[in-house]
Amino acid sequence: MEILLIIVSAIFVNNIVLAQFLGICPFLGVSNKLSTATGMSAAVCFVITLATLVTYLINKYLLLTLGLEFLQTIAFILVIAALVQMVEIVLKKVSPSLYQALGIFLPLITTNCAVLGVAINVVTKEFTFGQPAHMLGLGEAVLYAFATSLGYGLAMVLFSGLREHLALNNVPKAFRGVPIALITAGILAMAFMGFSGIA
Amino acid sequence: MSKFKLITKGLVKDNPTFVLLLGMCPTLATTTSAINGLSMGLATLFVLVLSNMAISLIAPVVPDKVHIPVYIVVIATFVTLLQFLMQAFVPSVYASLGLFIPLIVVNCIVLGRAEAFANKNSIVDSAFDGIGVGLGFTLSLTVIGIVREILGSGSIFGWKFLAGDGMLAFVMAPGAFLVLGYLMVLFNKFVAKK
Amino acid sequence: MAVQSSLKNMVICLFSTCFICSALLAGVYALTKKPIDETNAKILKDSVSAVLPEGGELSEAAPITVGGQPSEYYVSTKNGEPVAYAIKSTTVGFGGPLTIMVGITADGTVYNTSVLSHAETPGLGAKCNTDEKFMAQWKGFNPAEKILAVKKDNGDVDAITASTITSRAYTLAVKNAVEAMKTL
Repeated sequence: MEILLIIVSAIFVNNIVLAQFLGICPFLGVSNKLSTATGMSAAVCFVITLATLVTYLINKYLLLTLGLEFLQTIAFILVIAALVQMVEIVLKKVSPSLYQALGIFLPLITTNCAVLGVAINVVTKEFTFGQPAHMLGLGEAVLYAFATSLGYGLAMVLFSGLREHLALNNVPKAFRGVPIALITAGILAMAFMGFSGIA
Repeated sequence: MSKFKLITKGLVKDNPTFVLLLGMCPTLATTTSAINGLSMGLATLFVLVLSNMAISLIAPVVPDKVHIPVYIVVIATFVTLLQFLMQAFVPSVYASLGLFIPLIVVNCIVLGRAEAFANKNSIVDSAFDGIGVGLGFTLSLTVIGIVREILGSGSIFGWKFLAGDGMLAFVMAPGAFLVLGYLMVLFNKFVAKK
Repeated sequence: MAVQSSLKNMVICLFSTCFICSALLAGVYALTKKPIDETNAKILKDSVSAVLPEGGELSEAAPITVGGQPSEYYVSTKNGEPVAYAIKSTTVGFGGPLTIMVGITADGTVYNTSVLSHAETPGLGAKCNTDEKFMAQWKGFNPAEKILAVKKDNGDVDAITASTITSRAYTLAVKNAVEAMKTL
């Protein structure tokens, strides 16, 4: 039951883009076409899950045991940057086809605040998910990160679909580009508000 | 470029929010009220000025291939410093901005200015550039905050001039997108001359 | 412009940057730790004294079980007699954990409540911290005469408009504290 709540809450109710405002830059930047949006979502999904796993362990076994929690922000951003580089190198060697698909998005992910945001959130915030407030365990943290990134993908794909249609319409000059995209995102966010209260 | 121009260009011509579209996450997330928008802008200004100065100082000795990681570490240091100071002296502001203070690290404005300006200009010019861009960011966030607060809570900087609740949607997530979108339309229509 | 990269100067540069930055932060951390702790202690103390009658002698924090969860409470004594208790109580609100401080006088009446932390929706549930009508009703709330439940659930608590879940969570937190106080 709790697993279901984590998934529903992370994907729909507290959608990372439309309710928490994380990862807006790529959300606006690479959502012109459905295909690029899907590629970006897959890369983000991969990196968020992996980064949360690694930073969770580093925080618990390195920073907290050594009393170095004041280095949290620095340590996390370095880990994420290194991780992204590593993923890029490994993918290039192991699966060139996947690298072809995700490669161009990977360098952009280091400065995607969704990754750092989720990593910091799971180690500093108390969550509920139908239970008394508690800090997340490793399993829950990784599941939450994975579900959150699925929510990111969902928002991204929906939004790029809408923008592909928008591009075909005759939009007034002052609205063209980002303004109309933002207004569309606002309406999408309103639709997602309908999920609140479920979990 | 004169010092005066360095400071004023960020306000309208190179406004980080409305023209360059940088740092969208804090822009949308922390502008639920005028005071929150203003505090977030000033927090970013603080990091921007210090990191610009530090980076302009160290840029000549940093090897090219590692300049990004080095810059990020420098920026993260100032962000963490700001976190400690805010926790100690303005805990209520820190509580209401929450996660978005550590996230200044990945705000593209800060790294963007380091890459585009600070690493090839003098420390004084870099400081002024930081102030200018930071002020532009603060101005936009405050304006968005004011509009959302008026529409959503019927108040301005906490001073309530309307009885009742206002349109709550504007304080919540959809309102952030809508207000920024429409402000951008107005900006395109009346300010930006192409 | 930037110097040519070689493995040696790259390693030295990265290492020294990390070292200097960590050292700087460790220093600032050591300097600001005391003010941060003092500020946090003051916030807690203010919330405790806000929910208790004035002029009492305040005890240190002591452990207590509230609503099945470990929590803490403070006792206010006058001339050696306990006159009131401040109990920290956490429940699940709309957006996440809702933690409040509940002041209860020795006869079991709620003296006052205050919010320590919440994750409720701005403009809706977050009003549990600002809505005067909602906050005022807790002053002198006597659980022996009134029912600790929102009006929708046939109780006597006026809910915040459009925020029933937050109001329920708040009411439950008060109720848990009242129950916990009986175990003291």
